[in-house]
Amino acid sequence: MALVSYVSVFFVVLLLVGFWKLEVVQSDHFSDLAEKNQVRSIPIIAPRGAMLDREGRVLVDSYPSFSILLLRDNLKQDEKAFSLIEEGLGIEKEDLESQFEAARYEPKFEPIIIKPAATEADIAFVESHRADLPMLDLMMVQRRRYPHGEMLASAIGYVGEVSQQDIDKFPDRYRPGDIVGKAGLEKEYDQQIEGTDGMRRVVVNSVGKVMRTLDDVEAIPGKPIQLTIDEDLQAVADADFDKFGKSGGLIAMDARNGEVLAMVSRPTFDPNDFAVRIPPKEWASLNADPDTPLLNRAIQAQLAPGSVFKVVEGVAMLESKAIPASYTTYCPGTATFYGHLYHCDHAHGEIDLHRAIVASCDVYFYNVGKMLGIDRIDQYATGLGLGSRTGIDLPGEEPGLIPSEEWSERVNHHKWYPGSTISVAIGQGPITATPVQLARMITAVATGGTLIPPHLLKDAQGLRSGSFPISDGTVEQMTDAMWGVVNEPDGTTSGTVKLVDVDFAGKTGTAQTESFALQARLGKHIKENGWFIGFAPRRNPEIVVAALVQGAGWGSSVAPIVRDVVKAYYDKKEGHFQLPPAPQTAGAPAVRPPAAGGKTPPAAAKPASAATQPAKAPVRSTSADAQPEETAPAHTTPSSVVADVGAGAPDQ
Amino acid sequence: MKDRPRVQDFDWTLLAIVAAISTIGVFEIYSSTHASGMAGMQWKQLMWIGIGVVGMFIVSRIDYHTLLDQAPVLYVFGIVSLLVVLVIGLSRLGAKRWIPLFGGFDLQVSEIMKLIIIIALARYLSEVHTDRLTLQDLAKIALLTIVPVGLILKQPDLGTAMVLVPVALVGAFLAGIEWKHAAIGLLALVILIPVAWGMRTHLKPYQQQRIQTFLHPEEDQRGAGYQILQSQIAVGSGGFWGKGFGKGSQNQLGFVPVRYSDFILAALAEEQGFIGVCVVLLLYLGLILRLVDNAQKAKDKAGMYVVMGVTAILGFHVLVNSAMVIGYMPVTGIPLPLMSYGGSATAFVFLSLGLVMNVRMRRFVN
Repeated sequence: MALVSYVSVFFVVLLLVGFWKLEVVQSDHFSDLAEKNQVRSIPIIAPRGAMLDREGRVLVDSYPSFSILLLRDNLKQDEKAFSLIEEGLGIEKEDLESQFEAARYEPKFEPIIIKPAATEADIAFVESHRADLPMLDLMMVQRRRYPHGEMLASAIGYVGEVSQQDIDKFPDRYRPGDIVGKAGLEKEYDQQIEGTDGMRRVVVNSVGKVMRTLDDVEAIPGKPIQLTIDEDLQAVADADFDKFGKSGGLIAMDARNGEVLAMVSRPTFDPNDFAVRIPPKEWASLNADPDTPLLNRAIQAQLAPGSVFKVVEGVAMLESKAIPASYTTYCPGTATFYGHLYHCDHAHGEIDLHRAIVASCDVYFYNVGKMLGIDRIDQYATGLGLGSRTGIDLPGEEPGLIPSEEWSERVNHHKWYPGSTISVAIGQGPITATPVQLARMITAVATGGTLIPPHLLKDAQGLRSGSFPISDGTVEQMTDAMWGVVNEPDGTTSGTVKLVDVDFAGKTGTAQTESFALQARLGKHIKENGWFIGFAPRRNPEIVVAALVQGAGWGSSVAPIVRDVVKAYYDKKEGHFQLPPAPQTAGAPAVRPPAAGGKTPPAAAKPASAATQPAKAPVRSTSADAQPEETAPAHTTPSSVVADVGAGAPDQ
Repeated sequence: MKDRPRVQDFDWTLLAIVAAISTIGVFEIYSSTHASGMAGMQWKQLMWIGIGVVGMFIVSRIDYHTLLDQAPVLYVFGIVSLLVVLVIGLSRLGAKRWIPLFGGFDLQVSEIMKLIIIIALARYLSEVHTDRLTLQDLAKIALLTIVPVGLILKQPDLGTAMVLVPVALVGAFLAGIEWKHAAIGLLALVILIPVAWGMRTHLKPYQQQRIQTFLHPEEDQRGAGYQILQSQIAVGSGGFWGKGFGKGSQNQLGFVPVRYSDFILAALAEEQGFIGVCVVLLLYLGLILRLVDNAQKAKDKAGMYVVMGVTAILGFHVLVNSAMVIGYMPVTGIPLPLMSYGGSATAFVFLSLGLVMNVRMRRFVN
């Protein structure tokens, strides 16, 4: 019987050793686990800052909504629940699995977002399965809203889930599932508007119910940014483009400081579609669309400038003094250089520089170009800002191309063909420019050489104007000629865009999109790209507008768009502006105002303070329900819309 | 020599230990449940203790010799009760263990069987008049034990079934088991374990799960492995001094499974620390040693076997429950005597202590 006592003592000692090991030796480890059990960190998403137009009108803002999270504390349990989740939330199992797999090596306490925009039914499902699906949780998120839908979309860009590369690059800044700017201003000013997410640490019980809040680090909302855009001018430009129904782009700037007043690119897209993860099919179709709706043509369309380039030619002629200002020539309608026949629109007869600009005589500038030579043309074109990026505060601006002898040898590996100079002289051949470059070039000519810095942020810092001094005489002669384009009887606009009481000037451009040889082969005529760069007043202009309509035919048909924007600018200035008839696209269908007095907020969010509390019932977003498998779109680089370099004469 | 047993002859030291353990238990039950929907459970437990104390007095008044005389009747009654429970018993969580009683209370019949097996084995062993148990004796002891064990397993209730075994083992040991028989028995066990493992498909899924979990706790964190892990976290995070009464997060937030009952030691370890566990385990050791002392002082062999039977069962409970809490044993649903919440279990402990008092009071009585 004594043995029984000894055995008892032995067992008690053994048990005490066991408790000692847990409570004393491994105490820190288990304390840590106990802490992790009960303390959960819930990110409080900071709303992105709004974007306002120059008068404070909202172009972009954010609204709260709910995302459904999959907590990953217990991977095995999660996987078992997939079928239930599939059933309850309508998320395909494969989708869940691929997301789950992608996050496998993330820290376990980082949840993944399996449904970014929960419907009321989804929220109810999560709430009612707290006990048996404890891995599901709700997170209040801020979603981007673009009240005007397509308006200014190409410039504003869109948001999407942060890419894995960005997370790898800035692990401190991004977490998986973060919404970041992917394109346009959303990307450019991401840091200013993104805000700082807060963090709430809560104590949860064994079924994940929030018992109390330990501490709160409030989210700091992103700061709103004010843009230089004028919503009224934007609406006017949009309305005109909608009437045209063709691809193209427009940029309107304050010619004194480079503030962008309006920016159009067609075709375009609705950034609301990206506010939630965009379904991969839609993304693919947007990306593969031959009309490249994601391209911002105002800064990315690199096309032959056509006759707009004659302004550069004229400046080069006058400033270099290689050709006397009084130079005249005879235009019979065609001319032959280096054995090739070159065309002109009309037989202009005896013609000087002024009339050559006003009536846009090609023969005059063939001769001027031949006399200047390619390198002198290059010098002035480059000086006026062509062939390089303007530095506008948007990602993805294209530089365009100004050829030179050096360029020919570097890129084409042969000497420059002098015949090519004849084409380049009228803005054809191996020469491309973007609308924003041409707007700035014309402004420089009209201001005596100030290269304004185009920008869309109202108080952009560190803006510097470039300078390429042009003599007053040249400025006078060139601006008078461009005034003539609009106002003189033989101007290329035929007097159709004259404005009463506005000193409106400009230059047309009509750029062939393919060579005559190709046209002959196709047996049809593809319409030219039409350009018009307009400004007012003619000296030291206040506003400059560059418009491009692809396949518009004559540049003169594009001029009314520019006129309307300039007119709107002056109408506003004088206080009698009227909006054009509201386009039917106004008010994006994807965004509906939150249903007032809808469902009560979910129970779990109740003990939390206002930040996770839905201010209103969650929005029933139409585009939100789609569940793509892939992450949000990354920014695309424009690929295909490089100028189809045509020429008055083939380049060989 | 006195001629009648007196209450003054109760083992007051033993009762003091029992009172201490019960008090700690009631407080810990309060701590575990006061913030939940089960608040007020400590009062029910106190009531059970009260009923148990009354029962203890009643049992102590009936001479254990009378009980031993009735052993065959009691045994048959126990077996019949177990059969009845299998037929008409209440099903809870897939097990038939309860017979409904008056006033909404349900009786867990296997708890009564514990008392009966103590008495039955004591009766049998006390009638063996040699120092050595023959193989025939052993076979009879085994048979007496295996029948109720089998019936309880059928309920199924692996924990309670297991509890009956040590009564027989300790009894056989004290009655003088031959070494070769013990060795053969051990060998048989070693062989039987793999056989039992081979037959594990006959276990209920939850039982298989528990064994699996015990062998590989990390694999299923929400199931039984989760329970063991959470229990270990509770114990480990308690540290040396504990988190303080009512302040254990694992306990208060419900991470510890059935923290008021089977895992009450985990709740205590979290809130009172290693120190608290030391106090409790030493109290239990005191209880066991005191019981052994009583056994030694028993007037006859029968009394000794009765007390040692009680000792074996209580000791086994404490050992298996404590080892489970720290993950050294699988989850079998064996409560910690006097501390875990539970009516039948608490009543059983007091009734068995009544038997002990019974024996003690009559040590000087002719």
